[in-house]
Amino acid sequence: MKHLMPALLAATLIANAQDAPEIKFDSVPNALQLPAGLYLGEVGGVATNSRGDIFVYTRTGHPTVTIGTARPFAHGGSRLFQFDPAGKFVREIGKDTYAFMYAAQVRVDPNDNVWVVDEMTNMVIKFDAQRRIAMLLGRKEESVRIPARAPSGTGAGQPTDLFDRPTDVAWDAAGNIFVADGLGNARIAKFDKDGKFVKSWGKRGNGPGEFANVRSIAVDAEGNVYAADGGNRRVQVFDNNGELKTAFTNVGNAQALCMTKGPNQVLYVSNSNPPDDIDRDGEIYKMRLDGTIAGKFGRPGKLPKEFGTVNAIACRGENTLYIGEIGNLRVQKLVLH
Amino acid sequence: MKRMTSSVVLAVLAAGAAFAQRKATIENVREIPFSTVPNFLKLPPGEYLGESVAVATNSKGHIFVYHRSANTRLFEFDQTGNFLKEIGSGYYGFEFSHSVRVDKDDNIWTVDEGTNMITKFSPDGKVLMVLGHRPPAVIGVQLAPPGPSVPAQKYIFCRPTDVGWDPQGNIFVSDGYCNNRVVKYDKNGRFLAQAGSEKAGKALGEFNLPHGLQVDGQGNVWVADRTNARYQVLDNNLKPMREITNLGVGWTMCISPGPHQYAFFSNSNPNGNMPGTWDITGEIYKAELDGTVIGKFGHPGKMAPGFQVVHMLDCRNPNEIIVGEIESWRVQKLVFKAGGAQ
Repeated sequence: MKHLMPALLAATLIANAQDAPEIKFDSVPNALQLPAGLYLGEVGGVATNSRGDIFVYTRTGHPTVTIGTARPFAHGGSRLFQFDPAGKFVREIGKDTYAFMYAAQVRVDPNDNVWVVDEMTNMVIKFDAQRRIAMLLGRKEESVRIPARAPSGTGAGQPTDLFDRPTDVAWDAAGNIFVADGLGNARIAKFDKDGKFVKSWGKRGNGPGEFANVRSIAVDAEGNVYAADGGNRRVQVFDNNGELKTAFTNVGNAQALCMTKGPNQVLYVSNSNPPDDIDRDGEIYKMRLDGTIAGKFGRPGKLPKEFGTVNAIACRGENTLYIGEIGNLRVQKLVLH
Repeated sequence: MKRMTSSVVLAVLAAGAAFAQRKATIENVREIPFSTVPNFLKLPPGEYLGESVAVATNSKGHIFVYHRSANTRLFEFDQTGNFLKEIGSGYYGFEFSHSVRVDKDDNIWTVDEGTNMITKFSPDGKVLMVLGHRPPAVIGVQLAPPGPSVPAQKYIFCRPTDVGWDPQGNIFVSDGYCNNRVVKYDKNGRFLAQAGSEKAGKALGEFNLPHGLQVDGQGNVWVADRTNARYQVLDNNLKPMREITNLGVGWTMCISPGPHQYAFFSNSNPNGNMPGTWDITGEIYKAELDGTVIGKFGHPGKMAPGFQVVHMLDCRNPNEIIVGEIESWRVQKLVFKAGGAQ
């Protein structure tokens, strides 16, 4: 009951999301320039480092399964690209690594390490600034299940450090690592800065602290953890140890989050449209951390300034955002006015 | 309430068993100090190791890493860790690595649990002999997990795990995840004997996931009997002699060469760790071949010198152990202070 009160309080404070002011914005043309013959697929993640280099983790093809084997093994399917701050292609990172199959997310930590989350290999991969693998969390299943598994896993509060369709990663100021785990499990796992598994919380459900799924997470300067629980049409806010503090229930199908750096942090939340419908949802909200909505922008669609199932937001500043889309196989750079 | 409590306890126990963590029962073992060589293996730009499940050295100290990247690959490094070359790129017998070992003539043997094949490469990487047979692709995709094992056949493996040789050159294979046996072949690959069968068992001479194998200078065969959480010693004709049950889960082992041989045993932390698992697993034991434990070293950790699911050890030099890990995609060279590992 104690946990519910702040949520109720927040709900009464907030004007109806429909009444939120529209934020004017533009989409920068040709934000990313790919070499001839290279394509983006569904964009799981987009992120920038301190210099403004852009990293895109994308589903470029599909994993292939080998036969004539004791078990069927899956290989490949996603790639990590780096672009310079002007959007010019620089290089591929992690080509042919064991952990790249189905892109979920990429994030850059305060020390410019690049963290990749893969939803099919169930791994979180930390690349250092020299693009060496600095840390690995989780483990790829050795073989692929035939016939196919149920898509949604157990949803359990799994007790171990292995993931089931993880979606996102974030850090607090002390370097503790939080993994959204995610679509198969429905929990958040906490590791210390050295990768030692500390605890996890949450399981599938719609009660306080439970998740339909966790598609994205963000951590504020105080160490509070924001979890996008889009299936329950809310963002839940926990303290650093997983105690539920409040929930924002006014932002629809929360699928992608981004927390700005520095003082007066704001949280961007995408009410992503489903991949099979561009006539509903689809706008992005700018929120203050007390749960009030500062404004909203965008709508679902195929044109520039429209969004197709946003899965990633990289907020370089309060007014410069990169948006990764699953539906439109692209990254847009937005400038908010 | 009482019933609920016991079901919770049962659930916790079941989870523990599923993730196969086991605290070693041996006590009062001294810690052997060691250091790890930083950035030991140097890869060409853009190349990465995958799960580094298999590692071995040859007589020159070259290091062979048979690892699971997007495709399973075999890399050769020189004794200081510089990349020399890849062997067997695109080779038919490579799909899912499990072990690599180097024999006394510096031939390189790969054990692949994806193709069910064991391949003997010459020191310069030519295929000299194969054991086992790859499942024919023409029959289609195998269900996963597979059905029950067929009766173990002489020349067909079911996810084999390791290979070793006695001083006469006879070949010993641990086989494996879906058979539960050790097979002996002559040096030309002709079947001689087996211990165990396709069925798992607990008696001496039976196995439940024989996961690693080494042969000592007397020709005795040492087997890491993983799911039984023990090591077994068989004589040269595969008759069981004894078991070792106090060193945790029997994940992998290594026996050093030379007149005074040492054995190393890894109580590797499991795939799937609960909070606290790292506190009771992950160490490696050093012992005399009579079973006397000399000391232990290492702890779980994501960063070196931590271990993250040790899968294979090379102890050609018992004072410089090479360790291959599953979950940190890494090979470490551990150096023991002079006299420290004696």
